[in-house]
Amino acid sequence: MYVAVKGGEAAIANAHSWLAEERRGDPSVPELSTGQIREQMTLAVDRVMAEGSCYDPGLAALAIKQARGDLIEAIFLLRAYRTTLPRFGASLPIDTGMMRVRRRVSATYKDLPGGQILGPTFDYTHRLLDFALAAEGHVPLPVPETDPGEDTACPRVTAMLADEGLMAPEQPSDAEPGDLTRTPLSYPAGRPLRLQNLARADEGFLLSMAYSTQRGYGNNHPFVGELRQGEVTVEILPPELGFPIEIGDITVTECQMVNQFNGSRTEPPQFTRGYGLVLGRTERRAMSMALVDRALRAEELGEEIAAPAQDEEFVLSHSDNVEATGFLEHLKLPHYVDFQSELEVVRAMRAAAAPAALREAAE
Amino acid sequence: MTTEGYNFAYLDEGTKRMIRRALLKAVAVPGHQVPFGSREMPLPYGWGTGGIQVTASVVGPDDVLKVIDQGADDTTNAVSIRRFFARVAPGLRTTERTAEATIIQTRHRIPETPLREGQVMVYQVPQPEPLFKLEPRRAETKRLHALADYGLMQVKLYEDIARHGRVGSSYDHPVMVGGRYLMAPSPIPSFDNPKMHLSPALQLFGAGRERRLYAVPPYTEVRSLDFDDHPFVPLRASGSCALCGADHTYLDEMVTDDRGGRLFVCSDTDYCGERQEQQAAERAA
Amino acid sequence: MSGLLPGFADPVLDAQSSFRAVLEAMSRPGRVQRLPRAPSPPAPLGAAAGAVLLALVDSATPLFIDAGADAVEWVRFHAGCPIVPGAGEAEFVLCTGTAPRLASLRQGTDEEPQGSATLILQVDALEEGTGWRLTGPGIEREHGLRVRGLPEGFLAEWKANGARFPRGVDVILCDGDRIAALPRSLRIEEG
Repeated sequence: MYVAVKGGEAAIANAHSWLAEERRGDPSVPELSTGQIREQMTLAVDRVMAEGSCYDPGLAALAIKQARGDLIEAIFLLRAYRTTLPRFGASLPIDTGMMRVRRRVSATYKDLPGGQILGPTFDYTHRLLDFALAAEGHVPLPVPETDPGEDTACPRVTAMLADEGLMAPEQPSDAEPGDLTRTPLSYPAGRPLRLQNLARADEGFLLSMAYSTQRGYGNNHPFVGELRQGEVTVEILPPELGFPIEIGDITVTECQMVNQFNGSRTEPPQFTRGYGLVLGRTERRAMSMALVDRALRAEELGEEIAAPAQDEEFVLSHSDNVEATGFLEHLKLPHYVDFQSELEVVRAMRAAAAPAALREAAE
Repeated sequence: MTTEGYNFAYLDEGTKRMIRRALLKAVAVPGHQVPFGSREMPLPYGWGTGGIQVTASVVGPDDVLKVIDQGADDTTNAVSIRRFFARVAPGLRTTERTAEATIIQTRHRIPETPLREGQVMVYQVPQPEPLFKLEPRRAETKRLHALADYGLMQVKLYEDIARHGRVGSSYDHPVMVGGRYLMAPSPIPSFDNPKMHLSPALQLFGAGRERRLYAVPPYTEVRSLDFDDHPFVPLRASGSCALCGADHTYLDEMVTDDRGGRLFVCSDTDYCGERQEQQAAERAA
Repeated sequence: MSGLLPGFADPVLDAQSSFRAVLEAMSRPGRVQRLPRAPSPPAPLGAAAGAVLLALVDSATPLFIDAGADAVEWVRFHAGCPIVPGAGEAEFVLCTGTAPRLASLRQGTDEEPQGSATLILQVDALEEGTGWRLTGPGIEREHGLRVRGLPEGFLAEWKANGARFPRGVDVILCDGDRIAALPRSLRIEEG
C-alpha cells in the first residue's frame, strides 16, 4: 500500500535547525561578531549595501552573517527589510564635486587640479597569499597622514573637457525621477531609471556586460576620465523648515568614462560620457556601470544597436540578482504536476507515431 | 504563532491600496495584465511572491485560507506560505478543505472539488506573458495585446499540429478570456484549463517578479486556444488513483521501484482524502 | 480641525472589508454589497462613498470631488490624496451632484487601459433584481439592477463607454452604506 509523503512542516523545522548549526560551524572557534564583519569584510558589506539599495553597514554585516557569507542571499535579506521601512522623504541630490576624496584616479591626464590620489587600492599589490595574515594579532603599520584639504572642490575631468567644448552636454532636467522600487519599469525606461537599475544591478552581470563592450559587442572606446571615491554629505529639505539639513555622510564611488563619439549630422565629433555612481567602495561596479550606461545610450546617440549591452530591455530586465536567483532557484520547487503533463503528451505523441513507424517497417 | 511588528498580512497599507486598485482594474478588463509595484517579499521571487501579495491585499481576519502547491496542502512551499500567513494575519483561519476555504492560493493546480461563489482563487504566476516564448520583448507584446494581434500564437499552434499532430502545450496552455485577451493560465496542466471557464469563483493572478497581475471575473468565458479541426483535448494519465480509486482526477505518477513499477495517486490531496473518508464511512455503515 | 469627523474606526481591517465589498461588487456587477464597517463622513458624502474613498485613494491618486469643503478636508486628512480641479485629470472622481460625462474622464489607452478613471457616484437608490438587464463577465445569466438618480442619457453614454473597450471608465454606485459596480466590460439593457 502506498502512503503519500507527509511531514512538510517537520521537514522545514528540521532544515532550519540544521541550517543554524551549519551557520555557526565548529563552536570551539569563536563566533564572528557583526562588528568584525563590518570592519574587516568592508568590501562585502559595501557590495551588499549597494545591491541591497540600503546604506547601513551594521545591517549589511548582520545580513552577511545570517547568510553565511552568501552575498546574494545577504542582498535579498537587506532588500526584504528595506521594503518594510517607512519613507520620510527624499534626500537632495548629493554633490560628488564636494566629495572628501580618499582615492581619485584619472587615466586621461597625467596631472590635473586636485591631483591623483592612489588611496587604499589592491591595484598594485602583488597577488601573493600573505601568510602573515593567517597569524592573528597582525597590526598594519600606520599610514603617514597627508592633509586631505578640507572640503576643497575637486574639479571633474569631464567638466574640463566640457569647457573646451569637447564633451557632449547632458540633457538637464528638473523632472522628478521615477522610483523603480515603487513603480514597475516599462520600456524605454529612460536614463534616470536606467541608472537606478544599474546602480543596484548584480556586480557579476554588470562586469560581464561591460566586458563584452570592450570586446567589440557594442561600440565603446572608453577612457577612465575619472574615478573618485570618498565621503559625501546627505541632506534633506524638510518642507516645514524651508532650508536643507545634513543627515549624515555616506561613502560613494563615482566613475566617469570618456568615450569617443564620431558625431552625427547634427552633432560635431566630441566625447560622450558613461556614468557610474554606487554606494560604498565598489570600484569595479562603478566602472562597469559607466561602461554599460554608455552602451545603453546607443539609441539616444543614433548608434546602431547590435550588441546585448546596448539593448535596454535585455540589460535592465536581467540585471537584478534577487529576481534572477529567486526564479532560477524556484526550479527546485516541485514541478511534478507539469512534468506529469509533459510525460502524458510525450507518451501520447509516441503512441500516435508508433503505428506509422510499424507500417513503414512492414513495407 | 504571530509575528510582532508587522502590519496585518505583512504589507503596509499603501502597498495594499496600490495592489487593490490594480486588482479592481484587472477585474474590469478581464485577462489584461496590469503592472504593479511589486515589493520584495521575505520569500524569494519565483516562489509565489505575486500570489502572496495578492492574497495579502485581499485577505481579512474572517477569511479561511487554503494554500496548495502541485494540488497538495503538505508540499513544502505550500506549508511555508500557509505558515507565513498564519504568522502575519492574526485571526485568519487556515484549512486544507477546498469547500471550507474562502481564499485558495495555488501553484500549478485547480482543485478537483468544484469552486463556488464567494471563493477567490489566487494563482501564483511565474510568467504572465503568454507570448514570451515567441516574442520576449514586453514593449512589443504590450503592443500586440493592445491590437489583439495574436497571429504569432496561432502560427505556433499550427506548427505544433504539423509537427506533433496535436495542439501542443501540456501545461500553461494559453486561453482567450472574454473573447478579447490572450492569457497565461499559469502553469496548470491543460487538464485544469476547462475549470476556469465560467467558474463561479473570482480568479486572481499575481506575478511578483514580473510585476503584473490579472483577473478573470466569475462566469467569464475562458477558451483554451485551438483550431476547429484540432480541438483542445486536456490530457491526464490513463489510470485511477491507488488510494481512492478516482478515474476522473489529475494523477501524480509514483515510481515504486527500479524495475518499471508505477502507480498513480490523486494530485489533489484534499479531494482524495475526502473520498477515502467517505469510502471508509460507507464500509463501516 | 476640531470639527473633523473620524475616518475608519480600524484603518487596517475596515479598509480591508470595504475593499472586499468593492471587489465583490466589481466582480459581480449588479449585485448590491453592504459596507458594514463604513465611516460617517461629512454630508453630502454618504457612508459607502466615504468607505470606498478611504479604501482606495491616497497620495498616489489624484481625486476630483464635488462634495464641498468639509468633504475635501475630510478626505485630504484621512487619505492624503491630491485634489485636482478638473474631473478629467483625476484617477478617482467622486460625484454627489451631477455626474460628469463618461467621455470627459480619463479613458486609459489600448496598451494601458488600467489608466482610466474610476467614477464613484452617489445615487438616490439602488435596487437589485429589477430594472436594467445586465450581462457580461461576472454574471452567470443576467442580473437586474434599478438605479435612481443617474443623469439622463447615462445608458447611451454607457454604450459608448463599452465601445471603447478595453479603454473606458469603471463606475461604483453608492447609496447609503450600499454599493454596486459597473465595470466597463458590462452590457446594460433597459429593463
